Amino acid sequence: MIERRPWLDLLAHLILLIGLIIVAFPLYIAFVASTQTAREVTSAPISLLPGTHFLENYAQVLFTGSSVQTTPVGNMLWVSFVIAMIISIGKISISMLSAFAVVYFRFPFRMLCFWMIFITLMLPVEVRISPTFEVVAGLGLTNSYAGLTLPLIASATATFLFRQFFLTIPDELVEAARIDGAGPIRFFKDILFPLSKTSIAALFVIQFTYGWNQYLWPLVMKTSEDMTPIVVGIKTMIGGGDSVTEWNLVMATALLAMIPPGLVVVLMQKWFVKGLVDSEK
Amino acid sequence: MEKRVVFNHKLLPYLLLAPQLLITVIFFFLPAGQAIWQSFFIESAFGGDQQFVGLDNYTALFNDSYYYDSFKVTFVFSIAVAVIGLSISLMLAVMADRVIKGAMLYKTMLIWPYAVAPAVVGVLWAFLFSPSVGTLAVYLTEMGLDWNPRLDATDAMILVTMAAVWKQISYNFLFFLAGLQSIPRSLIEAAAIDGASPARRFWTIVFPLLSPTTFFLLVINMVYAFFETFAIIDTTTQGGPGNSTNILVYNVYKTAFKSFDYGSSGAQSVILMFIVILLTIVQFRYVDRKVQY
Repeated sequence: MIERRPWLDLLAHLILLIGLIIVAFPLYIAFVASTQTAREVTSAPISLLPGTHFLENYAQVLFTGSSVQTTPVGNMLWVSFVIAMIISIGKISISMLSAFAVVYFRFPFRMLCFWMIFITLMLPVEVRISPTFEVVAGLGLTNSYAGLTLPLIASATATFLFRQFFLTIPDELVEAARIDGAGPIRFFKDILFPLSKTSIAALFVIQFTYGWNQYLWPLVMKTSEDMTPIVVGIKTMIGGGDSVTEWNLVMATALLAMIPPGLVVVLMQKWFVKGLVDSEK
Repeated sequence: MEKRVVFNHKLLPYLLLAPQLLITVIFFFLPAGQAIWQSFFIESAFGGDQQFVGLDNYTALFNDSYYYDSFKVTFVFSIAVAVIGLSISLMLAVMADRVIKGAMLYKTMLIWPYAVAPAVVGVLWAFLFSPSVGTLAVYLTEMGLDWNPRLDATDAMILVTMAAVWKQISYNFLFFLAGLQSIPRSLIEAAAIDGASPARRFWTIVFPLLSPTTFFLLVINMVYAFFETFAIIDTTTQGGPGNSTNILVYNVYKTAFKSFDYGSSGAQSVILMFIVILLTIVQFRYVDRKVQY
């Protein structure tokens, strides 16, 4: 605080409150809608107070689905969870290894390998969607977790963060380790890995959210209903206009879809913010 | 930056790199190469024989007014998303940097949209502004506005822009806040002692020092609007009404999976690749030079 300016402080709080309302309002309305009956939701404008059908609506979507989408949302949540876990753990493991190789070794074609990995940063899966589909279909991986996750793991965001982090680790640590007779694997296991715990936590949050929120790739990829992640499934619940759509169930699903990544982000906020800001520097 | 001290090992580095290189080659280079390859062929609608047509797919695109419309829509959309999103987030970050009481609460609430999937964001906003049942749409109608994103092109564009901006506020906010906190307090204090008002200090010290962050976010937001908003478009307007929200990446998807024209879709992918590479080069050039006065 540089000087006391009570009016300016008041203005700051006012603007932040408006910001909070903008952010929270859609979420609040979703919650309100998810506690009402379908008829109450469609009789616009809906009441701004929660209704009495909270348990009923959530139980219905979780275990039986809606009338247009008969796959239970509980099943979709599981698919989303598996995808997000495979993507985050897979990405973190392979990127940590490759960043270790690029930073701590000198070998022929090092720069070529480096650029081959880093060029993937430029082209999101959305751009190469139809040829990626053909490749995955050619390998017979459609409708499997491998097909759903592997193309999304092929990206260098995590490798980039690990590389940046490894470069800040003092050289003295490697020297000391080598004098003590530790080989590269020992160094990785006993020094590098423990030091990287914060980066790993940050990356986990970023990659879990990324994996959970994937839409286009699973949409193109999945052929059977029991492989539908929740983010794709929610779209299929909106069908045929406002009269048929059970908006109360859709909103319950929307809340269920945002709670797991939301909790991961909020609970791991400290690491996440650090990791996010560092990774893009 | 390079390490001075390294390990000597002939085989190990390749083994460490193998998993990532393998996945990158199979799921990145192969498809990217195939997109380029495909873009020189036309395929008959029932599969089977391919016919080499050279650059015909590209010339067809550039003679297609439909594709030009999609370009125009993408640029209007991405600039609107970037400018509106950055302005709101910068204002919030400056205010959050100032307050002491409740700073943590504001931050925790404001990062929530980061976790919400674009598809879910689309569903939320489609519901809020649905002309017949939407809570906010009802108020708009009561105020005498003729709101209908399903029929009116401008309304549809406003809807997808609002949803896309809402989703991105958290990300921009976090970067601006980190940028603001890295500005040395002494500079601002010195200006305050010289009698510069808060507004003057912001425009002459804070804003210029923040320019690398702003520029970085500008590029990131453009890329976001170009690609990651696919789900928002698909859950709200599906590119309509007409072509009014049919952004380039949505058109790639429609061409491949609705019209099954893989040649044209490949050519569009290649054009998009060039746009992203261009944006990335611009970003590296300027961010490295540290945009500052």
